[in-house]
Amino acid sequence: MRVTPTKLNIAQLADILTTVNLRLWCGTLIKTLALPAFGIVVFLLLWQLVANNIITSLGQFPGPNQVWEQSNNLLSEHQRERNKETAFYERQEKRNAKKLAKNPDAKVKIRAYTGKATFADQIGTSLLTVAFGFMIATLVAVPLGIICGLSESIYRCVNPIIQTFKPVSPLAWLPLVTMVVSALYVTDDPLFEKSFLTSAFTVALCCLWPTVVNTIVGVASIDRDLINVSRVLQLSATVHIRKIVIPSAIPMIFTGLRLSLATGWMVLIAAEMLAQNPGLGKFIWDEFQNGSSNSLGRIMVAVLVIGVIGFILDSLMLAVQKRVSWDKQAILR
Amino acid sequence: MKNNYLEISQVGIEFPTDGEPFRALQNVDLGIAKGEFISLIGHSGCGKSTVLNIVAGLYEATQGGVILEGREVDEPGPDRAVVFQNHALLPWLTVYQNVELAVKCVFRKSKTKAEMRDWIEHNLSLVHMNHAMHKLPGELSGGMKQRVGIARCLAMQPKVLLMDEPFGALDALTRAHLQDSLMDIQQQLGNTVIMITHDVDEAVLLSDRIVMMTNGPAASIGEVLQVDLPRPRDRVVLADDPAFNHYRQQVLRFLYEKQKNPAAKKVEAA
Repeated sequence: MRVTPTKLNIAQLADILTTVNLRLWCGTLIKTLALPAFGIVVFLLLWQLVANNIITSLGQFPGPNQVWEQSNNLLSEHQRERNKETAFYERQEKRNAKKLAKNPDAKVKIRAYTGKATFADQIGTSLLTVAFGFMIATLVAVPLGIICGLSESIYRCVNPIIQTFKPVSPLAWLPLVTMVVSALYVTDDPLFEKSFLTSAFTVALCCLWPTVVNTIVGVASIDRDLINVSRVLQLSATVHIRKIVIPSAIPMIFTGLRLSLATGWMVLIAAEMLAQNPGLGKFIWDEFQNGSSNSLGRIMVAVLVIGVIGFILDSLMLAVQKRVSWDKQAILR
Repeated sequence: MKNNYLEISQVGIEFPTDGEPFRALQNVDLGIAKGEFISLIGHSGCGKSTVLNIVAGLYEATQGGVILEGREVDEPGPDRAVVFQNHALLPWLTVYQNVELAVKCVFRKSKTKAEMRDWIEHNLSLVHMNHAMHKLPGELSGGMKQRVGIARCLAMQPKVLLMDEPFGALDALTRAHLQDSLMDIQQQLGNTVIMITHDVDEAVLLSDRIVMMTNGPAASIGEVLQVDLPRPRDRVVLADDPAFNHYRQQVLRFLYEKQKNPAAKKVEAA
C-alpha cells in the first residue's frame, strides 16, 4: 500500500503552517511585550542601583521601592480624604434635616467641604488646566496658521513675531500673565480661579507655536494641481478652505497639535509651581518645601505620573488623528 | 479665420528670472473651430503646457491673448475644464464626491439635487466608472483615476476641454482603452478639445489637426498638420493604412529632423 501523496502533503503542509504561525505569533509577542518589558526591568535595576548610592539631606534618593510605597500612601490618603468628605456632607445633611424638622422656615446653610486637595485632585486640576490652555491655543493657532499659509504677504508680516515669541520660556510670561489676569478678570462671582486662568493662559501662550508653524507649512505645501482644480472650478474662499486646504493640511496640523499638547503639558508643571494653581506643579513644590523624608519619593511619583499622562495624552491625539485623517493607510506613530 | 470658436492670438509669455526675463512663448497664433480635436506636440520644455495653461487662464500671457466665443480669457473658469496629467482628484473625496464638487460649482443654480445626481451618474457611466462611485481615488488604478478626472471635466460641460498629457502616466494598454473611450465620447458630445501629447500615434489617431511646436526658448508653432482620416477611427485598421502612416511620418520628420531634441543636439556637438 502506498500512502496517497496528497494526504501526506496536506498533513505536512498543516504542520509547517502551524510552526510558521507559531513562530510568527511568538515573534509579535516578543516584539510587542517582551522587549519593552525587558527594557523596563533593566531601567528599574539601574535606577535602584544608582539611587542606593545617592544620599541627600532628605535621606536616600528614592528607588523604585520607595516610589511604590509612596504611591500607595498617596492613594490611601486620597481615600481617607474622600471618606472625610462624605462624612462631612452626611453630618451637614443630618444637622440641616434636624433644623428643618424643628422649624420648617429655618435658614439652612450648605457649606462646601474645604479639605486639602489630594494627589488625585491635583492631577484632575492639572488636566483641566492643560485642556483649557490647549483649547485656547488651538482655536487661535489653526486659523492663524491657515491664513499665514494661504497668503505669503501675511506670512511675511507675521513670521518675525512668531519667531520671536516661539522660544520664550513660560517662566518669562508668567509674571505678565498674572498681572494681566488680576487686572482684567474682576468679577464678584468668579467662574474660574485666577491661578487657574494664569496657568492656562501661560500654557496657551507657550503651546501655540508648534501648531501655528506646522499649519503654515501644511497649508503652504498643498499640491499645485489641487489648487489649480480649485481655480478652474472658481471655488469660493470658504469652500476652498473647507474642501481643499484643511483636508490637505490635516496631517501637518495634527503633527503641530501633538507637539503643542506635549509642550503645553510640560509648561503647565512649571506654571503651576509659580502660579500656585492647585495642580501637579504645586504638589511638587509643596512637597519640596515640606522636606520630609518621604518628600523625594512623593515627588518621584509625581514625575512618573506626569510622564505617563503625557504619554496617554499623545496617544489620545494620535487616536483622534486616525479618526479624522482621510488616509487610513498612512502610517502614524 | 474670423469665425473661430477659440482664437489664440499672437500669444507670448515671459517669466521673471533673476537676470533677463525668460521668454517661453512667442507669436503663438491658432484658431480652433467648434468641435475640433487639436493635439499639441513637441519636445519636452517647448512650452506646450504653457499654451494650455494660458488658454485655461492659469497663466496670464504677457503678449497677445485668447478669445473664446467672443470673450477674452482673463481668469480660470469651468468653461475651460482641465484634465491634469496626474488626475488631480481630491484624495479625501470619493469618486462621486469629486465629480459632485465640480457639478455643484457649475450647475448650482440651474439643476435640482436629483438632476445633479443623475448628471453625475451619467458622466461617470460615460467613462465606465459608475461601478466605483463610492470608492476613494486611493483605491483605484491609475487609468481609473484618469477616467474619473475626465468625467469630472465632462460634467462641467466646458466649451473647451483642455488635456495636459492625460494618458502620459499610463501603461500602453490602459492608454489605448482610454483613447478609444475619449474618441467615443468626443464623437457623441462634439467637445472642442486641446490635448498635449508626446505620443505621435496618439496624436494622429485622435486629432483633426496636429499642432507641432518648435523648441524653446521663444517657442512657437512650427507646422500644423490636417489629419483627414474618416471617423470613427479604428486603431487596428489604421495600423496598416498608408494614409495613417504618412501622417505619422510627417510628424516624426518634424520632431526628429526639423526640430531635433535639444538634449540630442548637445550630444552631437560634444
